[in-house]
Amino acid sequence: MSQRYNRGAVEDFGRWREFSAGMWAWIFHKFTGWVLVGYLFTHIAVLSTATSGAAAYTGTIRTLESLLIVRLLEVGLLAVAVFHILNGVRLLFVDLGVGLTSQDRSFYASLILTGAITVASVPTFLAGAV
Amino acid sequence: MSTQKQKQTEESSEETAIETETSSHQQRRLDEKAARKADREAQRQAAEESLDDEETVKLKVFRFDPEVPEKEEPRFDTFVVPFHKGMTVLDALIYARDHYDSSLTFRHSCQQAICGSDALFVNGRQRLGCKTQLADLDGPVRIEPLPHAEVVKDLVVDMEHFYDQMEAVEPFFDADELPDDELEEQRQDRQNREKIKMSTRCIWCGACMSSCNIAAGDNEYLGPAAINKAYRFAMDEREGEDRKEERMRIVEQEHGVWRCQTQFSCTEVCPKDIPLTEHIQELKREAVKNNLKFW
Ligand code: HEM
Ligand code: SF4
Ligand code: FES
Repeated sequence: MSQRYNRGAVEDFGRWREFSAGMWAWIFHKFTGWVLVGYLFTHIAVLSTATSGAAAYTGTIRTLESLLIVRLLEVGLLAVAVFHILNGVRLLFVDLGVGLTSQDRSFYASLILTGAITVASVPTFLAGAV
Repeated sequence: MSTQKQKQTEESSEETAIETETSSHQQRRLDEKAARKADREAQRQAAEESLDDEETVKLKVFRFDPEVPEKEEPRFDTFVVPFHKGMTVLDALIYARDHYDSSLTFRHSCQQAICGSDALFVNGRQRLGCKTQLADLDGPVRIEPLPHAEVVKDLVVDMEHFYDQMEAVEPFFDADELPDDELEEQRQDRQNREKIKMSTRCIWCGACMSSCNIAAGDNEYLGPAAINKAYRFAMDEREGEDRKEERMRIVEQEHGVWRCQTQFSCTEVCPKDIPLTEHIQELKREAVKNNLKFW
């Protein structure tokens, strides 16, 4: 709506503390969706090194996997993907009008499950890197 | 020529005389005003001090008045009001206005959650002043006008845009066929009444619209209340299929139901507990069913 003047803290992002579950779910879903799109490009870039031969591909993967930062990013990618999938399923239910009164609880469940899966994945992803 | 000049000088000297007189008048008025102000302030302080051994609530109230130069800059005023059991946010505002500052401006009427005039932003959430118990809030209670609407003065926002959106969905009963006898009742079966029951409760307070991130960014979005209104009539079987189709065409538009991103903020703030998101989602599915035909 139109604004006569800037109401500052009444309307700006300083209000994020007052966001409700559904608003957080929306923000996280957008964010994770776009991170996944970004990863898709990286993924294709890495895979396409195979066009210059098996050795080039193996070399690239070995170099990447030897870097701690890449291992950490992989943990992050898993977290982002798991949340996007779980919350995506939640949104599909919302679209079907199923369980709308538990929408906040299903968001918290997605978060907790994402956290648990991410933590459980750490040993696998970091094996040999630390 | 010369006489004219003479006259002008006379006139201007007369003017200066008047001016001096006015400014002394003005000075007196201003002095009186300042005295009254100091007096009021003292009274207010005394009133507040007399509350020392009473249970009180501290309010931080948003103040703004574009027509008064000193009040152009938005600020918060603090009022301490005596608390009593069952006191609402609106009661506290009325007390502050009647005892401390008669220029404090806010809309209210019924004081029983029916007229929809006192939706406010209280402690970071859209609530009806008259339906919000002070006992349920942490102090100091911060009271602001509804976000994402133009502030007219203090806690009053311009509701015109919200009302326009409500009107856009043709919010009145309009059946395809009327009974032969004009006075005959148009009956609705129990199930159908039950289906639209919650949607009929809207009091046009605008809390939902103010809470919606999407409505904040898209002026043309119908918004939860208007879509709920459309639902109320589209789902009313007495109106008939043709009218329902017309109603669906309104909500299916680009800035209709599809703008909803299911953030549920409207459903959470609605003081009449209308399941707004549920109604919007049902209209989305209805729209898909009407438009997707695989045969
Ligand atoms: C099982 C896997 C997935 C599920 C269940 C899923 C589910 C969803 C759903 C339901 C939405 C719509 C949200 C809404 O209603 O607004 C969505 C949006 C989106 N998804 Fe996914 N998704 C999955 C995988 C992916 C992948 C692999 C990518 C990236 C390549 C991706 C990128 C996006 C993007 C960019 C959006 C749009 C975000 C926006 O609204 O700006 N998703 N997803
Ligand atoms: S739907 Fe609820 S919040 Fe929205 S205007 Fe109606 S009563 Fe107010
Ligand atoms: S004063 Fe009428 S709804 Fe609150």
